[in-house]
Amino acid sequence: MHNPQLNKHGELQHLLTLDGLPREILNAILDTAAPFTEVAEREVKKVPLLRGKSIFNLFFENSTRTRTTFEIAAKRLSADVVNLNISTSSAAKGESLLDTVDNLCAMQADMFVVRHAASGAPFLIARHLQEQDRDDIHVINAGDGRHAHPTQGLLDMYTIRHFKGDFTGLTVAIVGDVLHSRVARSQISALTTLGVPEVRVIGPKTLLPTDVERMGVRVFHDMREGLRDVDVVMMLRLQNERMSGALLPSPQEFYKVWGLTADKLALARPDAIVMHPGPMNRGVEIDSAVADGAQAVILPQVTFGIAVRMAVMSMLAS
Amino acid sequence: MIDLDAEALCEALIAQMRPQVSPETALVGIHTGGVWLARRLHQALKLTTPLGAIDVSFYRDDFQSKGLHPRPQRTQIPFAMEGAEVIIVDDVLYTGRTTRAALNELFDYGRPARVELAVLIDRGGRELPICARYCAHTLPAPLPASQRLELTCDEADKLSLRLLDA
Repeated sequence: MHNPQLNKHGELQHLLTLDGLPREILNAILDTAAPFTEVAEREVKKVPLLRGKSIFNLFFENSTRTRTTFEIAAKRLSADVVNLNISTSSAAKGESLLDTVDNLCAMQADMFVVRHAASGAPFLIARHLQEQDRDDIHVINAGDGRHAHPTQGLLDMYTIRHFKGDFTGLTVAIVGDVLHSRVARSQISALTTLGVPEVRVIGPKTLLPTDVERMGVRVFHDMREGLRDVDVVMMLRLQNERMSGALLPSPQEFYKVWGLTADKLALARPDAIVMHPGPMNRGVEIDSAVADGAQAVILPQVTFGIAVRMAVMSMLAS
Repeated sequence: MIDLDAEALCEALIAQMRPQVSPETALVGIHTGGVWLARRLHQALKLTTPLGAIDVSFYRDDFQSKGLHPRPQRTQIPFAMEGAEVIIVDDVLYTGRTTRAALNELFDYGRPARVELAVLIDRGGRELPICARYCAHTLPAPLPASQRLELTCDEADKLSLRLLDA
């Protein structure tokens, strides 16, 4: 099957989704990220790999953490980074997405990091570049609509591997608003590709996609039952801004049933880790005591995210 | 005739270095062969500064043409680089580009007082003004580019050198 992310040699040309990426490529990214974690501990936190490359952060949707970590990753690789604040740019004046891209290509862009509220926007850009025979320009999806957030999925896998060593004996639970979550889709895709034998999704029926079982997961509508004996708890953010209509009675009600509290976490394995992609809604999907507790690895996730993004950028550019 | 007895070369290198080093001398091996060799030297010379290891994948000058090395290793510098007396250790000295990359990487950790280079074998073919202070064997004539020397290390830590077609 043709994968638009791979070039004719089977190497990564763009990173648009984790769906369909072979296990070898996922492992190669995680292995490459490991030595990049050490760069941050040096006196000079920089390596010269992408010296002279221009990377454009195209964020059509708000983001602090993802944009900042992409920017830091690019700068630690010695690339030049340009952040486009789209709400104040030409898009607001009516310029189309592809016209924006063409203009940036005319400014000798080497890589685009794209976040967009519309699912598929990074694919559209990648296809457009291919039609223009610009296979020297790479696209990284930094989150598109409800579809995918591949670097988040990868940094989550890096975090799990760091703390658990291996994927093949794990039970992993993804909890909360799966329906609106591009993060969950990338996580499920990566976990199943990397051989996690049991991936669970836990949430109310209204916040789970129909047919979610077809992604190879076990579905639980009872949080206590779903958390029993899991090794990894991956919380999701309740995505109020993506919700239309009354899927939930109230955030307080959600917390009561689906919020991760210490007594619910106690049902998981004693050495279970707690992850969250951020930004956290404390007291909605996660209790502060758990978020700041000994089992939380939420801040290491952020740190690893920089190394994983450095790995992806340098593999695309090579 | 090429002398491929890596163990004998290693002993010769130790004998060359012994009168010159102090216990505080810091060794940094270049992955992968240089790390094995540095481990042997560190032990034999009874050095007290912890051993460093360096992977120059992120500093290579052929990234544009050859891309990133498929499985880069972690660089570990477990001592303060500022003011250190450092010896970079590599198995084979060829173009000098790996040494240059290693120098650049070392300086991102601080300003060493002195940096020297120790290699098992100098195969000739330099493309940069780089010369090893310690070298167990220099080939009488440069090895053709179609051939390469490869150091291996078995489970008993025994080193061997092989001549292969590149």
